[in-house]
Amino acid sequence: MKAFLDMGGYAAYVWPAYAVTLIVLLLNIAWARGALTRAIAAARQRLGTEARDA
Amino acid sequence: MSWTWFHKLASPPYVYKLAARLTPWFAWPAALLILAGLYAGLVLAPPDYQQGEGFRIIYVHAPSAWLSIMVYVVMGVSAAIGLIWRIKVAHAVAASCAPVGASFTVAALVTGSLWGKPMWGTFWEWDPRLTSELILLFLYLGYLGLRAGFDDTQRADRASALLAVVGLVNVPIIHYSVTWWNSLHQAPSVMRVGKPAMPAAMLTPLLMVLLGFTLFFVALLLVRLRAEVLRRERTASWLREALRA
Amino acid sequence: MRSAGLSAPASSVAVAAGPVSRDAAASAPALTAACLAVSRDLALAFRRRGQLVQPLAFFVLVTLLFPLAVSPELARLRSIAPGVLWVAALLASLLALEFLFRDDAQDGTLEQYALSGQSLTWLMFAKTLAHWLLTGLPLSIVAPFAALSLGVGPAALPGILAAMVVGTVTLSLIGAIAAALTLGMKRSGVLLALLTLPLSLPVLICGARATELAVSGNAYLAPLELLAALAVLAVTLAPLAAAAAVRISLE
Repeated sequence: MKAFLDMGGYAAYVWPAYAVTLIVLLLNIAWARGALTRAIAAARQRLGTEARDA
Repeated sequence: MSWTWFHKLASPPYVYKLAARLTPWFAWPAALLILAGLYAGLVLAPPDYQQGEGFRIIYVHAPSAWLSIMVYVVMGVSAAIGLIWRIKVAHAVAASCAPVGASFTVAALVTGSLWGKPMWGTFWEWDPRLTSELILLFLYLGYLGLRAGFDDTQRADRASALLAVVGLVNVPIIHYSVTWWNSLHQAPSVMRVGKPAMPAAMLTPLLMVLLGFTLFFVALLLVRLRAEVLRRERTASWLREALRA
Repeated sequence: MRSAGLSAPASSVAVAAGPVSRDAAASAPALTAACLAVSRDLALAFRRRGQLVQPLAFFVLVTLLFPLAVSPELARLRSIAPGVLWVAALLASLLALEFLFRDDAQDGTLEQYALSGQSLTWLMFAKTLAHWLLTGLPLSIVAPFAALSLGVGPAALPGILAAMVVGTVTLSLIGAIAAALTLGMKRSGVLLALLTLPLSLPVLICGARATELAVSGNAYLAPLELLAALAVLAVTLAPLAAAAAVRISLE
């Protein structure tokens, strides 16, 4: 286990690289879903105002 | 030959519903492939005889770099389709691609530097691949910046689409110039990614993550596409029904 | 007063171009319109001679920065001269791009061009040509002198002139696309740079390489030919893209 974490001495490079990639993957998921949620909310709001105006 | 399926793809309500249905079909396989591939790459693949355990960065660097370029191509092609045939959905696709592509370009640059430090001794090396990635990042930032400068979505779509097409045409020219420039001032070793032939135990995880990341991009695209389609729709008729779902 | 002076030549171009296109269908009315556009732009620019000098002054100023920032030793300056000259030229032409469409967009001439029925592509080519004659060409002429100040030998000067002339053509053409895309925006200077610079990198690489070879006394034909190829590509495609961009911006 220790040898695995040590990555043959390259630990300082391998693990941050994996961490950064994982963060980018997760951020993308959050960002995309956030965009969809906000777009739905905005569309609902637009529909609401149109219903009131109509 | 029936083109109706193609015409349907230009219809925002159809695309909205289709995207919602398709997303899990890409998201879950993507998650599976990425996790399995990374595990295989970290644990199962044997260490490289030259780079030792350090080569394992390839399993995060290569898919990021692949995605950064592939997404730009998708962006450029859909922008061209949107420009030529004036299809709103195509513009929505292009808009969805940009943030994803830019973020993976950053990931490629960071992982590339981290790979470079133990291999070349410096965090940055002006080799053609990293330099091209950096330029690609600026192409993405330019696209996003141009979009941000317009309030009107339609103008933003068309202007940034033209930029994307011009950029896409330039990418081979830029890459060729950078490769040539680098060969003139020959710096030492360039990252040799897996050539000569990698043994299967090393190659299989790589293929898994490449495919996994690609499916991941499609899933992200589908989610963002729904948001972009909503943003471009003014007529309420199908919206009401779709939003209730 | 000023706007009257500016719109008068514009309407005269439109009027002159109109009858030409209706009557002489066979004899390249687009070319005539383009020539008229070039002469109009040159005439207008010469009314404000002060503005013409600004990109040149900027170029020389940037070149001056390097000896002050690096070292007065001519040998050291000679080694960085190609890079310095090309970066300065790139930045100076970026600055000059703001003038390309600004006045015409403001007084409605650009809309007239788009609506005139003349080939907007040819008109874009004409405007870019005029712009290059006013900025890129003078820059290319001044560059050899700047090179001298950086310790470059006189034998290298023809090569530097050639590379600059060809390279600045492409820079103007690429810049025109970005300028057209950012037409309506206020304070678009930084965005203009962000859009133009990545696309200009091949010119920078080939131009600096040609200059470097010229400075060291070697044959510089190969990169010069690459520069020429880029220029040909730009001349064929860029006005098209710029015309499309103008139409989008005017929508």
